[in-house]
Amino acid sequence: MGNQLGFFIDSARCSGCKACQVACKDKNELDDTRLFRRVTEVHGGGFVPTGTGGYTQDVFAYTLSISCNHCADPICVRNCPTGAMYKRAEDGVVAVDTKRCIGCGYCAWSCPYGAPQMNKATGQMSKCDFCSDLLARGEPPVCVGACPLGAIEYGPIEELRARHSTLAQVNGLPNPAVTRPNLVVRAHAGSKKEGRPHA
Amino acid sequence: AVPFVAGTYVSDASAQATTPPLPAGGERVVQTCSTFDCGGKCDIRAHVKDGVVTRISTRPDADLDEHMPIMRACVRGRGYRRFVYNADRLKYPMKRVGRRGEGRFERITWDEATTLIAAQMKRIGETYGPGARFVHNNTAVSGGAFSGHTMVKRLLNLTGGHLEYYHSVSMGNTAAITPYTYGTAATGNSLDTLLDSKLIILWGHNPTETIFGHLNHYLQRAKDKGIRIVVVDPRYSDTVAAYADEWVPLLPTTDNALMDAMAYVIVSEGLQDQKFLDTYCIGFDEVHMPEGVPPGESWKSYLLGEKDGTPKTPDWAERITRVPAATIRHLAREYAVAKPAALIQGWGPQRHVCGERTARGGSVLPALTGNVGIRGGWACGYGGIGNRKFPASPDMLANPVKGKINITTWTEAVEDASQITPTTGLRGAEKLDADIRMIFCLAGNYMANQNPDINATVKLLEDERKVEFIVCSDLYFTPSARYADVLLPETSFMERWNLGATWGSGNYFVLSEKLVEPPFECRSDYEWLAEVARKLGVEQAFTLGRSEKDWIAALVEDTRKAMPSEGVPTFEELLVRRVHKFAGSESYVAFEKQIRDPENNKFSTPSGKIEIFSKRLYDMKNPAIPAVPRYVPSPEGPSDPLAARYPLQFITWKGKNRANSTMFVSPWMKQVQQQRLWINPLDAEPRGIHQGDPVRVFNDRGITVVPAEVTPRIIPGVVALQSAAWWAPDRDGIDRGGCANVLTSRRRTPLNGNSHQTNLVEVRKA
Repeated sequence: MGNQLGFFIDSARCSGCKACQVACKDKNELDDTRLFRRVTEVHGGGFVPTGTGGYTQDVFAYTLSISCNHCADPICVRNCPTGAMYKRAEDGVVAVDTKRCIGCGYCAWSCPYGAPQMNKATGQMSKCDFCSDLLARGEPPVCVGACPLGAIEYGPIEELRARHSTLAQVNGLPNPAVTRPNLVVRAHAGSKKEGRPHA
Repeated sequence: AVPFVAGTYVSDASAQATTPPLPAGGERVVQTCSTFDCGGKCDIRAHVKDGVVTRISTRPDADLDEHMPIMRACVRGRGYRRFVYNADRLKYPMKRVGRRGEGRFERITWDEATTLIAAQMKRIGETYGPGARFVHNNTAVSGGAFSGHTMVKRLLNLTGGHLEYYHSVSMGNTAAITPYTYGTAATGNSLDTLLDSKLIILWGHNPTETIFGHLNHYLQRAKDKGIRIVVVDPRYSDTVAAYADEWVPLLPTTDNALMDAMAYVIVSEGLQDQKFLDTYCIGFDEVHMPEGVPPGESWKSYLLGEKDGTPKTPDWAERITRVPAATIRHLAREYAVAKPAALIQGWGPQRHVCGERTARGGSVLPALTGNVGIRGGWACGYGGIGNRKFPASPDMLANPVKGKINITTWTEAVEDASQITPTTGLRGAEKLDADIRMIFCLAGNYMANQNPDINATVKLLEDERKVEFIVCSDLYFTPSARYADVLLPETSFMERWNLGATWGSGNYFVLSEKLVEPPFECRSDYEWLAEVARKLGVEQAFTLGRSEKDWIAALVEDTRKAMPSEGVPTFEELLVRRVHKFAGSESYVAFEKQIRDPENNKFSTPSGKIEIFSKRLYDMKNPAIPAVPRYVPSPEGPSDPLAARYPLQFITWKGKNRANSTMFVSPWMKQVQQQRLWINPLDAEPRGIHQGDPVRVFNDRGITVVPAEVTPRIIPGVVALQSAAWWAPDRDGIDRGGCANVLTSRRRTPLNGNSHQTNLVEVRKA
């Protein structure tokens, strides 16, 4: 799929401010619980007494801003019993057809990224649609345009991979072999260490 | 519920003037800003359709102006709609029924409310004198040029006056002490100059979460340029995560020991800029001392331990600060040789009981290394940027009451004002004529919630024989609003007119337009104050016949007149442009003239030099504020004997998801960061505390119960809560809201400042 869209997140730059998360809620009129884009923290390292009164430390923390990755092999689409969850031909965006969704929740259970989320008001699934309405007006998805540090990019995934790398997984993210996410990550220095994912 | 003054604002004519052409479905996108006490004043664009704000957006990439970059909205800005549109907003004027603080109110009309307020203003002024009337500290809607806390002072001054306060609880300690070194608190450079630095040390500075003007833009650029960034902080803040090459955690209140040892390394290895010290400074060594001071009092003598026998070595400092000696050595050497280097202090460390010492300790290090008056350097201390410009403020008129108290003594002024003397910070008078009998708590939640030692404070507020009448206005039922006698529903910034300017950095102001009608019976403070003024017979003098919008237009006009060469737009032009970036805000370096031409440009200190040794402080003979900055153990610091009972230091930080306590009730903001006690695994483990466990944090002043966040992101020996969570006492008086101020102390610094950060506590599983 030549026009497959994807996200690039610069975890080395991200401060974990969550402006993207809240901008997404605001733009998509989400209720108080749903988060189409979520920022999670990974931290690790610790303090060791020097024996002379002080502490040495190797603490690190970094954050990952993750939404739906509009996967090449979307397990949510595979597991949807009604065909409501589908992958759009023109840009590879994974979307919900609310005419078909029965709100069974299989997609949410199977997605390793937690992307599909139940809209309790309608009893149907909802998720990131790449801000298709903004794309149609030539504007970036709201999260991309929100980041105060410019740490989220979007575009055809092949372009993002050519510009950055093919890295789609760091400590704190699931194995990309499961769904082949259209995601490129720039790793924070801390991700090379042993960290603990943390909400 | 149509506001009585505002009715004419939304006429067709004004709607046309303020509507930029926009095609999409009648939606207009208006650049605005919040007028909270937030330093950002970032780019907020409200999408308005059919009288409703439908979403927020921000500056697109293409609109970035490198000459005056305005930051994109932070997480708070993105969440404004959930703050403005919220069923929990106060809706009607109310008056207290039952005991004060009990929380029982009944609805009244605006007419009743303003009649009551006018009568009490008059009665209390006549009975006790106008100095019994007090306007409380403002921690919320005080980030605009035109707010209730300003205009109520105008009304009070028109009707006899009021008791004024001074001192900023945010940064007053550094603002007070920095001039002892440099003669001014405006020691900062414009931020573009940071890109010439080779090393940036952020000392207790967390702009990623606090949003300090547009500093984040430059730190990001600095990081991209490969400029080394070190953050000194007990907590691995988001700023550390975003920018730092190195994190140096230390125990709170021990900053001066780290500074002393850095200076010791620099001096003992001969890395100091001796020519700079000889030319521009007084007090570094024994040959450059003011008259009348005995030998052995210079900074160098102190550092080398010539008088007290203790050289301030890195090994000495490691035991005090917990920072390894090797780290201190390399930090000192780097700072000495990486010229130019910018050591920038934040405002957290100066909010300690030793805050003045810490700020002053930082302010002399740039002199030692010759980093004053040059691009890429930074003179430290308060760090105000000298070429900043601001829009005009409304005239509060002359206050007939002359005595001014330090805000830290307001509770004494309630209890017994005769306790307050010039020694405890009274200015302009030898004594006060009256206790505080009436409080206006507008534009903030300081009165109860942000005041240190809440439990003691609210006891005082509950006593109706002391303060007889309290007026609060807010958007929400805050812990301070609980103590109101009359409680008024304020408008949000989207429902009223204002002008916003940053308090951190950034040389611009933004029009904050009235975008939508106030909901329910909400009214802006100015509107009800005008009605009170009418009932007191001073309406014309108070309003000058102006609506709120007229006042904003007049302030813009005043700004134009005050700065004729600045190209400030007319109000009509501002309605189109929305932002004015001041001209002449190009690169600015503090003390450039003094350094370039010292003969003709003196520092504004008594000696005309940078005062490493301050004769003024020496003459105070107060060991807590010595003539030369130095480490002095603090009460409730790590070496206080009280640590046997309360072994953990307790501090707060200003979090990303609220400005002080504003937005605390927004569910979106609660989702961004939960209120939890940060505790290191080395402190949690022996106490049997696991991630998420409810813990009881306590000292002699109070108890709060919150979930634990067991994290390596805080130094062992220290626990921390995000500041300004709302106090939520249960039936036994135990706070369930994670409000830090049940634990904080009203102890004052040597110069009478506040010390919210200096506390010892113990933590147990709840």
